[in-house]
Amino acid sequence: MSAETHEAVHRHEPPKSFIRKYIFSLDHKVIGIQYILLALAAVLVGMVMSVLMRMNLSWPGTNWPILGTLFPGGAPGGVMNPEFYLSLVTMHGTIMVFFVLTTAPQGGFGNYFLPIQIGAEDMAFPVLNMMSFWVTFIGFVVILSAIFLSGAPSTIGPIGGWTGYPPLSALGQIAGPGQGMGMNLWIISIAIFCVGSLLGALNFITTLLNMRTKGMSLMRMPLTCWAWFTTAVLALLSFPVLLGGGILLLLDRLAGTSFFIPGGLYVSGLLSGTNPNFPLHTGGSPILWQHLFWFFGHPEVYIAILPGMGATSHILATFARKPVFGYRAMVFAIFAIGLLGFFVWGHHMFISGMSPYSAVAFSLLTLSIGVPSAVKTFNWLGTLWGGRIRFTTAMLFAIGFVSLFVAGGISGLILGQSSLDLPMHDTYIVLGHFHLVMGVASIFGMFAATYFWFPKMFGRFMNEGIGKIHFWITFVGVYCIFVPMHVMGLVGMPRRYAAFTEYEFLKSLHPLVIFVSVAAIITVIVQLLFYFNFFWSMFKGKKASDNPWEATTLEWNTATPPPHDNFAGVLPTVYRGPYEFAVPGAPNDFMMQTDVGTEVTSGNGHNGHKH
Amino acid sequence: MGRVLAVIIWLLTLLSVALFVSKKWWFPPSISEHGPALDRQFLITILVVGVSFTAAQIGLGYMVWKYRDTGKSGDRALYTHGSNRLEVLWTVITAVVFIALAVMGQSVWASLRLHDAPPGAYTVEVVAQQFQWNFHYPGKDNVFGRTDPSLIDDSALNFIGLDDTDPNAKDDSVTAALAIPVNRPVELRLRSKDVIHSFWVPPLRFKQDLVPGMEIKVHFTANKVGKYELACAELCGQLHFKMKSYMLVLPEDEIKSLSALSQEQFQARMGELLAKYQLPSD
Repeated sequence: MSAETHEAVHRHEPPKSFIRKYIFSLDHKVIGIQYILLALAAVLVGMVMSVLMRMNLSWPGTNWPILGTLFPGGAPGGVMNPEFYLSLVTMHGTIMVFFVLTTAPQGGFGNYFLPIQIGAEDMAFPVLNMMSFWVTFIGFVVILSAIFLSGAPSTIGPIGGWTGYPPLSALGQIAGPGQGMGMNLWIISIAIFCVGSLLGALNFITTLLNMRTKGMSLMRMPLTCWAWFTTAVLALLSFPVLLGGGILLLLDRLAGTSFFIPGGLYVSGLLSGTNPNFPLHTGGSPILWQHLFWFFGHPEVYIAILPGMGATSHILATFARKPVFGYRAMVFAIFAIGLLGFFVWGHHMFISGMSPYSAVAFSLLTLSIGVPSAVKTFNWLGTLWGGRIRFTTAMLFAIGFVSLFVAGGISGLILGQSSLDLPMHDTYIVLGHFHLVMGVASIFGMFAATYFWFPKMFGRFMNEGIGKIHFWITFVGVYCIFVPMHVMGLVGMPRRYAAFTEYEFLKSLHPLVIFVSVAAIITVIVQLLFYFNFFWSMFKGKKASDNPWEATTLEWNTATPPPHDNFAGVLPTVYRGPYEFAVPGAPNDFMMQTDVGTEVTSGNGHNGHKH
Repeated sequence: MGRVLAVIIWLLTLLSVALFVSKKWWFPPSISEHGPALDRQFLITILVVGVSFTAAQIGLGYMVWKYRDTGKSGDRALYTHGSNRLEVLWTVITAVVFIALAVMGQSVWASLRLHDAPPGAYTVEVVAQQFQWNFHYPGKDNVFGRTDPSLIDDSALNFIGLDDTDPNAKDDSVTAALAIPVNRPVELRLRSKDVIHSFWVPPLRFKQDLVPGMEIKVHFTANKVGKYELACAELCGQLHFKMKSYMLVLPEDEIKSLSALSQEQFQARMGELLAKYQLPSD
């Protein structure tokens, strides 16, 4: 054990037993991989559900014998029930938002790389870190159990969408199929998930603030660290609100309270208070839930995408062989997005019955959040400008991220206007918008991160040939799926419809509906290439050196894969900013953060620009 | 590789823009007074969106086309950390454009939501329930009869709990379809018996949730006679996708004669009118 390590020692010896090493591990790297594997499992479930939904929407009433065999209740005779479809909607959304978009970017890559990138030996609280993963894992088991214990044989989970608006979600079985045990499990799962995320957020914040190595000033951190840090702050402030809301909703369901249920309801032929199945409720507000939910729900969008932004900035600089353009502006933009993200939740509620005066404020604030988003886009283009771009698979996905972030984010200028929301609200344009930006752009950030960091994590490259095929088809595929949804929204197609057979005004959209489904099925099948590449490369991929991409940040300073305490007992000292590529006069076109070498102006975006 | 990527980005951009410009799938023609102003605001917004989208994608394609690594040894990227002048410039420009859009968008919103319905508006109570719409008309006296949840009895077809003992209720009618006058402000008083629903008539460019426990008053003016589909736009349970009704926009005299009818006559006449008018066929 080296004696010259600096004072902040959180040392724990590498464990010997299999269980302590791979299952109940305290090592942030193992925990990070556990989160990634959890997300890989969850995203598979979520994708299969989306394919089932597309099949039902495009070819309603078709007999799918396999469905009839697997789900005799939900698809009797192979034809899907509307309630089965709606439970798919709910489970798909919940699993994707919570167990994929919140776990992989932050719990996965953040956990693995934040401590290494700031030069720490582990997270500040390793036991808390282990607990946050296992709590999240239990949350996943609970949501999966809703598939089998939904309380109605014709559903595979509750019916409520990922937003679970009461009173529908609060009334219990009287409100129809999908309101029984499945809804309880849904709420419990989300509550557990909130706890897990809170534990994680505490750890990220503490680690980043306290455990940076010598020389790692805040403005020398990679942009990934800024993104994970801001994400953790958002999680810390928003998840408690959802947790509180979830507990109140559960009490409404199980303890006869009325936080979200008003008086005088008449449901399925029964008046509230006249029947043991429908106890007396009075005084609750359905809109209260929407405020609590979206106070969490909107920051959640940024929780999903900020890490992808960080990874994209990191990877664009590395493969453009160029410093990040406007590092300081990028940091401010991340902060601005995080901060404004807390003041825009009402744009989900323009037509909810909320005061129309609040809508004016929320609309103005919402369009303001486009400004830091645009600043980030300009700076990504600036980073590529004058670069010497190396088109690795990671780089392709990072460039794809920029393209998709623009494509998806820009329709926010439409949806953020309360007047335009009148025709657009809850139509397919909303689906197109948030799937492109929060869904696939975030996922592209994670694909880029996976192809980029895989060699460091497993000591082997992922196959670039398979990776590129995966990129081309996925990139074109997601455009084909989600851009047409925008025009479906203009025509007025409502979301969360089990079939479009009832309305004349939707008939003209049928060719588009089929087109989207075919594109979706092809795109989903191509993801199997990624799964294959991931697991095959783990054992059979080309061996990687310590710094195969000729990158600059601390994770490339240590061995591949990193040792248990990350830097083999000697913590690195940092001498310069994170993206010192193409430094004139330097021997290589990249300077590691640890290079003492030629003193360059300290490289944090303020060279030559006096304030 | 860079050139292929650039071409694909440009192609996807072109096709995306073409999908909008072709207008093959577009809003149905407006039937409301606020529709043209809303459409104009949409047009301005989609122009800003389209231009920004296209410019960003062309720029991205240009960067990956032009700045690919040619593999020449010793050839390095441009060493720059950015430009504060540029940062300020594009921050200010986007802020001005985006906030201007938001401010302009407020006028339609204000006309519909920040003002009460003009006096003399035609008023209908809308009471939604799982998978059915009920419309309550005040009749000749123009006063709504008393309703009470405890009087609701779906099996007796008293869907809204109308109090038969109230004199004001005598001339009221309740139907499953909505009839409103053309070119006259309409006020809807929206309520729900059970869960949240949402009133959605696409050519009306108008949507509003119906929230149990609240009575939400909204107003608009329809300006084209005809029959239009009315959908529920908020997930309300199993048969949400079938919670359908129709909105009839009728000449004023037709509305007058409807008001004079008894409940049974009203419903019969609505049946005739629903059969008489055709849905718009684009």
